[in-house]
This record gives sequence, C-alpha cells and structure tokens, in this order.
Amino acid sequence: MFSLEQLKKSLLVSLWFAFLTFPLLVIKVDPIQRTVLWRWENMVLVAIGSFLVSLLVRVFNQHQERRRERRAAGGIAEREPLIQVILREPKYLYPLSAAVLLCSLIFPHLVSTYQTNILITALMYVMLGLGLNIVVGLAGLLDLGYVAFYAVGAYSYALLNYHFDVGFWMALPIGALLAAMFGVLLGFPVLRLRGDYLAIVTLGFGEIIRLILENWNEFSQGPSGISNIPRPGFFGVELSLESAILYLYYIMIAMVIFTIFVVNRLQDSRIGRAWVALREDEIACQAMGIDKRKTKLTAFALGATWAGMVGVIFAAKTTFINPASFTFLESAIILCIVVLGGMGSIFGVIVGALVLILLPEYLRALSDYRMLAFGAVLVTMMIFRPQGVVANIRRSYQFRANPDGEGQ
Amino acid sequence: MNKPVLQVDGLSMDFGGIRAMCELDLEVHRGQIVALIGPNGAGKTTFFNCVTGIYNPTAGNIFLNPPDGSKPIRLNGLKPNQVTRKGMARTFQNIRLFQKMTVLENVMIGRHCRTSSYIFGAVFRTRATVREERETVEKSYRILQKVGLAGAVNELAENLPYGAQRRLEIARALATEPFLLLLDEPAAGMNPQETRELDELINRIRDEGHSILLIEHDMKLVMSLSDKIFVVDYGRKIAEGSPREVSSDPAVIKAYLGEDIDA
Ligand SMILES: Nc1ncnc2c1ncn2[C@@H]1O[C@H](COP(=O)(O)OP(=O)(O)OP(=O)(O)O)[C@@H](O)[C@H]1O
Ligand SMILES: [Mg+2]
Repeated sequence: MFSLEQLKKSLLVSLWFAFLTFPLLVIKVDPIQRTVLWRWENMVLVAIGSFLVSLLVRVFNQHQERRRERRAAGGIAEREPLIQVILREPKYLYPLSAAVLLCSLIFPHLVSTYQTNILITALMYVMLGLGLNIVVGLAGLLDLGYVAFYAVGAYSYALLNYHFDVGFWMALPIGALLAAMFGVLLGFPVLRLRGDYLAIVTLGFGEIIRLILENWNEFSQGPSGISNIPRPGFFGVELSLESAILYLYYIMIAMVIFTIFVVNRLQDSRIGRAWVALREDEIACQAMGIDKRKTKLTAFALGATWAGMVGVIFAAKTTFINPASFTFLESAIILCIVVLGGMGSIFGVIVGALVLILLPEYLRALSDYRMLAFGAVLVTMMIFRPQGVVANIRRSYQFRANPDGEGQ
Repeated sequence: MNKPVLQVDGLSMDFGGIRAMCELDLEVHRGQIVALIGPNGAGKTTFFNCVTGIYNPTAGNIFLNPPDGSKPIRLNGLKPNQVTRKGMARTFQNIRLFQKMTVLENVMIGRHCRTSSYIFGAVFRTRATVREERETVEKSYRILQKVGLAGAVNELAENLPYGAQRRLEIARALATEPFLLLLDEPAAGMNPQETRELDELINRIRDEGHSILLIEHDMKLVMSLSDKIFVVDYGRKIAEGSPREVSSDPAVIKAYLGEDIDA
C-alpha cells in the first residue's frame, strides 16, 4: 500500500512539524511560579498526527495518479458522479428542485423564529455567493473587497430611509444600482490588473469603503451606525415581529430563485462564455474579438448588483447597521463559499453557503475552534478536491448526424 | 492589380534596446497564401503581434483593404479585439485555447464579435437572442466539421491531442469570419500524416476565399502551399519571392545554413 520511501518522507515531515511547533506547544512558562513546564506529550501528539496526515495525503495522491494513468491508458471510462447526472437530467432535476422548494416553503412553520432567522442569513449568503461567483468563478477576477458593495447596498437603504423615508421596495433597486455603479468605479482602475495584484487592490477598496463609513460621521454616523431601519413593508400593514421575519424569509426564497434563474441563464449565454474565456486566457480572448474592458466591467457591475441587493435586505433584517458588519472577514467568508462550493457551479455555491453558514450556527459548542476548523477544511479541500464540492461542468450540445446540426 | 488585403510599410518594433523588427514591408494579396519564414528568433511572431494589436509597433503603417472594396483601415493603435472585428484573425504559436471550455464553446467564442446579444437578451431569452444563439451553435458546428473535429464537440479543449488542438485554433479563428487569416506555425508538433491533412485544410480555406499569412518552419509545407514567401532574419527582410526564387537565394541559404542551424 505504501512504500518505504513514503514512510521515510512522512517521518521527516512529522519531525519537522514537531520541531516547528516545539516552542509553542511544548514549552510553557509559568510567570508566577517562575517555572517552565515541559509538555512533551504535545510533541508526541503533533508528531503522530502530522505523520498520519502526511502519509494519508501521499497515499491519496498515489491513488489518484494510478487512476489517471489507467484512464490515460484507456482502461476505464470515467464514471460520472451522481450529482452531475441529477443536475444534467431535467427528469431528475425538476422534481427534486420542486421538492426542495416545497420543503423550504413549509420549513419556517415547523421551526422557531430563531431558526428561521438563521436560515434567512444562510439564504443571504447564498445570494452573495452566487453574485461573487460571477466575478470570481466565471470571469476569474479575484475580488477580495466584495463586502464593499454589500455595505453600499446596506447604507443606501439605511441613509435613504433616514433622510428621505424611502421604503424597502424602493431602496432595493436603488441599492442594487448604486452598488453596480461602485462596481464599475472599482472596475476601471483594475482593468489592467490580474491575479495577486487585482486581489490586493480590491482588498484595499473594501477597506477604504469601510474606513470611510467608520470615519465620516456626518455622512454615515460613524461607528455608532444607523438604527431603526424599518423591515420590509407589506402593503402598509404593520406586521408583528414573527410575521415580519416570516415575510422576510419568503422574500429571500424568491430572491434566491430569481438569482439562480438569472445566473443560470447568463452562464450559457454569449456574455457568460466571454467571462469564462477571459478567465481562461486573456490574450486569446481579446484576439478572438472580445472587448476585455466591457466584459470585465460587466462582471464587476453584475456581481456588485447582487451584493447591493443583499445589503439592502441585510439592513432591513437587522434594522441596525454599522461598519463592523462589513469587515474583510465577510469578504473572506463569501470567497470561501465560492471556492469551497465549486467555482462557477451554482449548485456548488448553494451547498457551500449552507454548509459554511449553518454548520457554525449549529455547532456553537465548538465556536472556539471555528476559525481553526475553517482553515483545516479549506486546506483539506485544496489538497483533495481543488475544484470544489460540486465541480462546474460545461454544457454539452447534441447534434444530429446530418450536416445542419441542431443544438439542444 | 487589386490593392493587397494586408499592406505593411516599414514596420519596426523595439523592446527596450533590442530591435526585434526593422522596417519590414510585407503585402498579402487577395486569395494568396503567403509565408513568412526565418530562423528562430527572427521576429516572425513579433510581426504577428504588432499587426494584430498585441504590441504597439515603434514605427510603420499597417493597412487592411477589405476585399469588399470598402475603404482602407489603418490598424495602428487598434486593440486586438478591434483588429479581429475588422476581419483579421490569428492563431498562436504556443497554443492558447480556452482549456476548460468545450471544443464547441471555443469556436462559439469566435462568433462573439459577430453577434450582439447581451445581458437583457440572455436573461429574458428574447426571440433575437434565441435565434442568434442557434445560429452561433450551427455555424460553429459547421466550422468544426470543416476542420474535422465534429466528433469531439463536447470534449474539453485540454483533452484534445496536440494536432487537434492546432486545428481547433484555426476553427476558432475562422469563426470570427476573417478575410485574412494569420497562422503561427500551425504544423508545429504535428506528425507527417497530420501535416498532410493540414496542407489540404489550408488549401481548402483559401479556396473558400480567405487570404492566408503563414509562419512555418516545415519547409516542405511552405514550399507546397505558398504563392509567395518573405524571409526575415534578425528582424530584417532578406528575401521575397516565389518559393523557387527564395529557395535558391544565396542570402536565404546563408541565413539558414551558414550562421544558423535550422531546427
Ligand atoms: N515581449 C518581448 N520583450 C522582449 N523581447 C522580445 C519580446 N518578444 C520577443 N522578443 C524578442 O524578439 C525577438 C524575436 O522573437 P520572435 O518570437 O518574434 O521570434 P520568432 O521569429 O517567432 O521565432 P520562433 O521561430 O522561435 O518562433 C527574439 O529575440 C525575442 O527574444
Ligand atoms: Mg514565433
């Protein structure tokens, strides 16, 4: 199963880890008693743990390598994963989506308002993930400042309501539009940047927006934030807190369906293909007649539009916002949703959002280790399944044998 | 005689202190297959990059004369995508396909500059968009049939064998409806059988009314295809003429055999 060579390498890794973690995990200074505690058992644990993990990765890689070789030799055809079959075949997909929809519609009547609230949050992240997916997953533009547009949306509603008494339904398109404008605004200076450089500039942009909101007191009321933001109105009827949350939940369901619909249609359209081409090879993309500027700006603007809409909903949900809700961590979580779920895959992003938002909520007991688990999961994913939980499969076309082919 | 479809006058390109191309003149006439040859590092790819707008040339003029008789287009300063729209498409020496897209989608990307539907059309599936999309698929499929890749439409581009990838690049370029096609070493890495098929394919493309400018190291292919050959060395043109004239030109022989060993 594994060779001596692999055992040797893993042993080396474990020794190296034991050495690296030695000062942190083994030595403990007690400043009051003025003694040093030597916790050798930690070192043993680290050594054994890293040895096993290293060996596991090696065996896994070897296994993958063998499979690839066999496939290259024409031995076995690659089996299509069940999930891809379901997503491809309408006869499975439609009934299943209908069932999921039905469940989600009756769900809030079975659980407490608290649970419904958590679900609303999860659905908001689904939307955010799908929006960022346009920018990162499809167009391949690593945007680390996505939360800025989320903030723009939230503050548009809060401020418009505060000053002009604008309602939720009016604010929703306005917030989306403003966010889109900010998307273009960010897009222009970064048109020429790629990869790491783009990531750093967008990160800076996100921080700039947050810092402005924090420090420009006359405009945004600074760190104390804006409170008393009204929940969505229901034809002028005053709703109790519970029904207001229920109402918001249904709004979110509708918004998510709308988002899936739009992103799905965009994905296989002329513009969607241009985004993917831009991600794959910028120079070839331009040489094939695609306007790089226009395509990139469209991706930024559309991604931002969704963040703006969710921002408005966020403000309406919490009825209070301040800049602390729009830190870099938020961008990082949304990015994780996209990467973990599967870049470019709608279903993957939905799964990613639900897992990353719901799990921490229900594993409160382990909340001290949340960031640790987060990191561990991401590293594991990158090693074993870099394409995400659900990989993005390109659409296939069927042609009849005759010369005038027919797309299906 | 008609105006040449591509007319390049005194094109020079400097990279810092290096002069990669020096006052090159070149013409491609309508319906011709013209070859651009020269030893490694002679500046052939640089020439393509200047003409297609990837590099901004230091000096010189580039004109396109569309075969429909409309007025000449000066290409200097245009972006690569604008150049492609004007009717000149290219392939790349080091294959630059969209690896994670299917073969068909790669060709469909080529149709981008000849179609116009955008976000609104895509989201609401307007009648015009649906029609345009169907046309895109059909035309792309037909081009794939022409280059012999109709059996692999749904494969990812990265899974194609090398020779097929080169043909896919040609298909993708053809999808932009160019009147002038620039091919950068289309036979590189092909076996003799594939090269023969490529010879046929290029001839067929020419017969359909495209003009072709070709960079190639395979002398047999160049000699059998070309109507005219330009030879460059160290960024300078050292000879031009018919295959017969060029192959007996002393300067060419010296460039290929005297100082440089042909790979
Ligand atoms: N972007 C660049 N920056 C600096 N120098 C360059 C650049 N591109 C090309 N060169 C130089 O210009 C010269 C010509 O290169 P080019 O790629 O055009 O040669 P080529 O004729 O296509 O050769 P080959 O047959 O090997 O493809 C080379 O010396 C190369 O190093
Ligand atoms: Mg070259």
